[in-house]
Amino acid sequence: MRSLRAFPDSGWLLAAIALPSIAILALGSLMLGRYPLAPRVVLDALTSGLLGGHGQSVDAASTIVLMVRLPRVAAALLVGGGLSTAGLAYQNLFRNPMASPSLLGVSAGAGFGASLAIMAGQSPLVVETAAFGFGLVSVGVAILVDRAVGVRSIVTLVLCGMVMSALFQAFISLLKYVADPTEALASITFWLMGGLGKASGLDVAFLAAPVLVGGAILLLCSWRISVLALGEMEAAALGVDVAATRTIIIVCATAMSAAAVSVAGIVGWVGLLVPHMARMAFGLEPSRLTIATAALGGVFLLCMDDVARTIAPVEVPLGVLTAIVGAPFFLLLLLNSRRRGWA
Amino acid sequence: MKAVEVIGLSFQRPRQATPILDDIGLDLAEGETICIIGPNGAGKSTLVMCVLGLLRYAGGRVAIAGDDIATLSRVELARRAAYVPQGAHSTFAFSVRDIALMGRTAHFGSMSAPSSRDRRIADEALERTGIGHLRERRFAELSGGERQLVLIARALAQDAPFIVMDEPTSGLDLGNQRRVLAMIRELAQAGKSVLMTTHAPDQALNLNCRVGLLRAGRLVARGPAAEICDQPTMEALYGTPLTRLTNAERKGLAAYIPFL
Repeated sequence: MRSLRAFPDSGWLLAAIALPSIAILALGSLMLGRYPLAPRVVLDALTSGLLGGHGQSVDAASTIVLMVRLPRVAAALLVGGGLSTAGLAYQNLFRNPMASPSLLGVSAGAGFGASLAIMAGQSPLVVETAAFGFGLVSVGVAILVDRAVGVRSIVTLVLCGMVMSALFQAFISLLKYVADPTEALASITFWLMGGLGKASGLDVAFLAAPVLVGGAILLLCSWRISVLALGEMEAAALGVDVAATRTIIIVCATAMSAAAVSVAGIVGWVGLLVPHMARMAFGLEPSRLTIATAALGGVFLLCMDDVARTIAPVEVPLGVLTAIVGAPFFLLLLLNSRRRGWA
Repeated sequence: MKAVEVIGLSFQRPRQATPILDDIGLDLAEGETICIIGPNGAGKSTLVMCVLGLLRYAGGRVAIAGDDIATLSRVELARRAAYVPQGAHSTFAFSVRDIALMGRTAHFGSMSAPSSRDRRIADEALERTGIGHLRERRFAELSGGERQLVLIARALAQDAPFIVMDEPTSGLDLGNQRRVLAMIRELAQAGKSVLMTTHAPDQALNLNCRVGLLRAGRLVARGPAAEICDQPTMEALYGTPLTRLTNAERKGLAAYIPFL
């Protein structure tokens, strides 16, 4: 681990190593599936599709690669990277290694929005938009209530987030209780378990804006965000504008995770687990850690999604899989942490 | 112009009748040290927070190098006043060097990272406090005394003319107390103005500095430690009978201890 930590000394070098690795992994993922494709076929499909090979006959392989698998792979990378980067920022802000992107209620809010839209029989786009909107609403209300309480403490904000989560969870249960069991209930349940089976090019566009912009801002502010882990008073005494940094983190992390959840459903554990993996492997230098977290998060979710769609004849829900893999893995990290003194 | 000037400072929590700080006035010249001595709950930590601009005070004025701190941005303030907290705990496994480097935060842009010059300054600060060999160690694994020295090194790296220390020797053994006091004297000799709080009048006598006695939020006496820290005053300050210990070989030094 030490040599790995010493090797890519700047974040940019790490990015230079990570990007080709991700590209290779993505290429591998494009080959996998119900219809396995040779690397050659995938590359041909990609080049003809991306370099504008109009007029050529559109064969089945190109359709599978360009219309089904490519959006799915891109969505997995964006969802995983986004949730992980948001989780990293939250763990610093809340000075809590157990903080995850859903801390302020964004997942529960998004789940409610999606459930509501599904019950109303809306299109997938409306479901996504409703999920995104209610994710923002949930966090927004938590912040407003925190302001109204007026105690300027981060703990109050966490409690407000927990309240919003609990409320929206209850609303989801209520919707499920009254939903038509043959149609809506099944869709809601399936949506809540998470998955990228329906990811389209539009979804990727919907994800890319908040995840890439939010991630870039969090990367630029990464030094200040890491100083926040010392506590608000100390960070302020060191010259960090705590209120502004806090606002930046919450706005970026909320937009990123709301977008991720609205496309992928509730995918737990990624935002909690991956920052710890990145810390253990790449150390605490802020910009390097941010890039490592984003890259590892994307890779982790891409691998999970590959497993989800290939391990069984029927797709395994992604959120279920990340929990099955993530929870024991986290326990392993905890057991190791004693020796490494990571937390 | 005084390096640091505190005039009529008062602080009150909402919905509380009595103020926590009431009409505090003190000043510091360049290279001067002042000890704020007082019992638990006298308002020492609150005073520290107010002087650093970390708590919004109700009345009065704090000026560093002639400028009211209320008019300074966080970055400008951090370049003028460094804070050595009363012990620190970090959530993540920061190394000693990481912690010292955080002292440089106010010296580079809000969206950039420390330069190699910042790294050099942080390393030099660690050397100056005599803990350069601990650089790669994890901050959380250090002893209390070592941690205190790291926090002082961080304040040095921050390169501010005014250093505020909240009970820098609390919880330290006698050897580490001496080390920290020697460091404070060295800082003052290097031209830094130091405000520190303590329970122990012997530290002020050791540093041969000015003291301010804080009791129930009021500064009840000010002046050179040798004049102020006499037995009746200390007994009145702590509200308990004390024994005064002296040694003929250490003129001007005295310690007060309670007895049963």
